[in-house]
Amino acid sequence: MPDPKPPPSPIEGDLPSIRQLERWATVLRMDCVRMLAVAKSGHLDSSLSAADVVTALYHRVLRHDPTNPDWQERDRFVLSKGHAAPIQYAALARYGYFPLEDLMGLRKIGAQLQGHPDMNRTPGVEVSTGSLGQGLSMALGIALALQLDGMEDPRVWALLSDGDCQEGQTWEAATAAPHFADRGGSRLCAIVDYNHLQTDGTTEEVMDIGDMAAKFSGFGWDTVEIDGHDMVAVVEALERTRGLDRPAAIVCQTKKGRGVSSMEGRFGFHGKPPSPEQAEEALTELEELFERQTEELEKATGELAAITDDGDGDES
Amino acid sequence: MAAVAEPTATRQAYGKALVELGAEHSDVVALDADLSVSTQAAKFGKEYPDRFFNVGAAEANMMSMACGLAATGKVPYCSTFAIFASGRAYDQVRLGIAHNELKVRIGASHGGVSLGEDGASHQMIEDIALMRAMPRMQVIVPADYNQAYRAVLHSYEHDEPMYLRFGRPATPVVYDDVPEQLNSVDVLREGRDITLIATGHMVWRALEAAESLEKEDGVEAEVLNVAIIKPIDSQVVIESLAKTGVAVTAEEHRTVGGLADAVREVTAEQHPVPVFAVGMGDEFGVSGTGEACMEHFGLTSRGIADRAREALVLKPIVSHPPLHGPEWT
Repeated sequence: MPDPKPPPSPIEGDLPSIRQLERWATVLRMDCVRMLAVAKSGHLDSSLSAADVVTALYHRVLRHDPTNPDWQERDRFVLSKGHAAPIQYAALARYGYFPLEDLMGLRKIGAQLQGHPDMNRTPGVEVSTGSLGQGLSMALGIALALQLDGMEDPRVWALLSDGDCQEGQTWEAATAAPHFADRGGSRLCAIVDYNHLQTDGTTEEVMDIGDMAAKFSGFGWDTVEIDGHDMVAVVEALERTRGLDRPAAIVCQTKKGRGVSSMEGRFGFHGKPPSPEQAEEALTELEELFERQTEELEKATGELAAITDDGDGDES
Repeated sequence: MAAVAEPTATRQAYGKALVELGAEHSDVVALDADLSVSTQAAKFGKEYPDRFFNVGAAEANMMSMACGLAATGKVPYCSTFAIFASGRAYDQVRLGIAHNELKVRIGASHGGVSLGEDGASHQMIEDIALMRAMPRMQVIVPADYNQAYRAVLHSYEHDEPMYLRFGRPATPVVYDDVPEQLNSVDVLREGRDITLIATGHMVWRALEAAESLEKEDGVEAEVLNVAIIKPIDSQVVIESLAKTGVAVTAEEHRTVGGLADAVREVTAEQHPVPVFAVGMGDEFGVSGTGEACMEHFGLTSRGIADRAREALVLKPIVSHPPLHGPEWT
């Protein structure tokens, strides 16, 4: 089992590279597979589609401090698609918010890791979610409070699913955030994990949301649409939202079950845990990916070191 | 903290007391959903525009925003009509506020049928039942302006999630002054024959009913005002019923899940005596003036007195020695 050292907190500088982030995303994906295989319950494919965004957030973009989860100046993250809790739990555990072993308690009686995020049980969880459609409103409330407190830096990031965007309440919040832009609304960034699959079928079959980016844009949000599995695009899109004078939306085109071939982009896995065989197969595939990424990373790091040694940092 | 003597709506106390809280506590914020003049939250908005958020007609968004504000250290007061506060936004209140045990106060105005002309679509008659069933949610229904004022101040001093129900019409005062504290149950009048247990707009009517019972029937009715329906102070209720042996409850609400059932839960387990209810049956409200609506559904002093008379006739038939009553100890 690959177990890289915990990454430094983004607030300490030394931001991880894109390659490092990609490798971390694989680690978090493996954590999710293991958690769900042990729990025999939960939403694996929904967690995997969000893995790249969550990795970019926790490992690079969010200003947070696991040694001080209540740090007032921290950025806030709201997992509106609360059913993807495993990917957030994996990120929190890898960052040292709680021991890695706790991941295996997911969904068990008495465990701190509930089926959906619970702010009173899990360190690092800002608000409880799980009933779709509420997260963006909650995030907006947090943003308004931060503004009232006169804090300059903290931003609020809400990760939404396509199901979230079928709920009417999301569009109430989408209306309100630009209205309250100068009262804190501009601190808000909505990230849509648009994976096009839901419990009963594809979103196009069940209830087509259509052009999500056009919708957010029409509601007055600074909107971009990206490939949610392209780490460069993800990081760029997230980082460019700082300093905007209105709320930002990032529509991430993603694939449910990303990283596990038997599951990726396929219908029928929502809310279904992997069988032991499926988990084994998925872990093998992800471990191979991890090893490839490690090799590439070492190679790149070696090249970088060579360049730095030869040229003494002087690019000519 | 000026008490009133003339009939005044409890929602007026919400607006006034909220302004007082705003002056004393910088963490108090108020939210409203385009009804702030009716709910009186506009008074707060006028004094503290930076801490007031009108979210428009979007109650679900308002409740979840309050969750975010409270999770970040604010004390949100969310106001709208009771119908929307409890009905439309139930799930948002449930997960975001009650489940998280956040210090959010829901100021639910225009409760019951006394809202009047707008009719059934706006007359909320099952909110106490809904909110009482919600885990960790406290339910408060003040009897008059003066008690409502105390209830709002009380809400800041405690941490539990709270649902406070206020009314539209001006109603007579029951308390001469703003009470020193908010009790779950106050004994407003002592008597030995029957206990009238009322809440909200029915409290002054219960006092009138008690007068009428004394004058016309020589019956001494004890009158309890239940302002905190959940958690109810069962001790005061039991002490009264141990004396009188029979109760009539009165509420501007369905008799299912509201005050009647709150009292029956107490008596059934701790002191079984007959409990008769005045309230709304399996029916919706109708249009009319507030007072006409109250009369239409028998939510009047006379309605309470008549029910008490029936109860007194039935008392010797349906009563039996309480299992743990004073006779047995």
